[in-house]
Amino acid sequence: MKLKNFMEVEFLADSINESFARICVATFCLPLNPSIEEISDIKTAVSEAVTNAVVHAYPNGQGVVKLRVELDGSDVVISVSDNGVGIKNFNKAREPFYTTKPDQERSGMGFSVMETFMDNVGLFKNGEKGVKVVMRKTCRSAVLQEGTYAGRR
Amino acid sequence: MKIKSRIYNGTLYVLLCGELDEHTSSYTREEMDKAFGSGIFKQIIIDLSELDFMDSTGIGVLIGRYKKMKDRNIPIYICNPSSHAEKIFKMTGLYDIMPKIV
Repeated sequence: MKLKNFMEVEFLADSINESFARICVATFCLPLNPSIEEISDIKTAVSEAVTNAVVHAYPNGQGVVKLRVELDGSDVVISVSDNGVGIKNFNKAREPFYTTKPDQERSGMGFSVMETFMDNVGLFKNGEKGVKVVMRKTCRSAVLQEGTYAGRR
Repeated sequence: MKIKSRIYNGTLYVLLCGELDEHTSSYTREEMDKAFGSGIFKQIIIDLSELDFMDSTGIGVLIGRYKKMKDRNIPIYICNPSSHAEKIFKMTGLYDIMPKIV
């Protein structure tokens, strides 16, 4: 039986919610029976995307980050979106070591980490302004189980 | 996040415990700089055996500390990274400036 499920949650664009977002996604992915490495990869990619929204999206005040997670068979699809100021140059933003805040000891490796740890990463405009990051990863353990998931028989 | 440090035989040992992300990065910077500014030592070893999570924000923190110690000619080494931290260090090239020791 092919697993189909999704969840959405919104939270304040504050760094205190980064660990919440990581744990939230990791817990929701458990029916795929992911390996420890897969869960670490997913948590790190989520942390990078949420950090980008927290640090860059709302320079003039508080805003909201929307997190959506879909389980589609053996795939997990995660989107992290904001309604902030947007990104001027999408290609530049994806370059390794590129940062708009070099004075803040930022590595500029956020997108590179997402791209390394997930199978696909897309960067889009979210409506008039704002940014949406969509990431997909196939959990190999789920593939091996051929449609039988922990807790679903 | 907790940071413990001690000096032994001319080496400053710094133990990072907990999760290093954007939320804990300021505190981590401050505590590491306090440790780096206290006592006399010839090298620094950062022990990650109790670091449960780190993202690229942690890389920024470590590179910042490297730049500060480079001016004082004090090398920094990494020990006991998790396989997860190791993956981030290798992809970002951090080991080129902070070698891993066993």
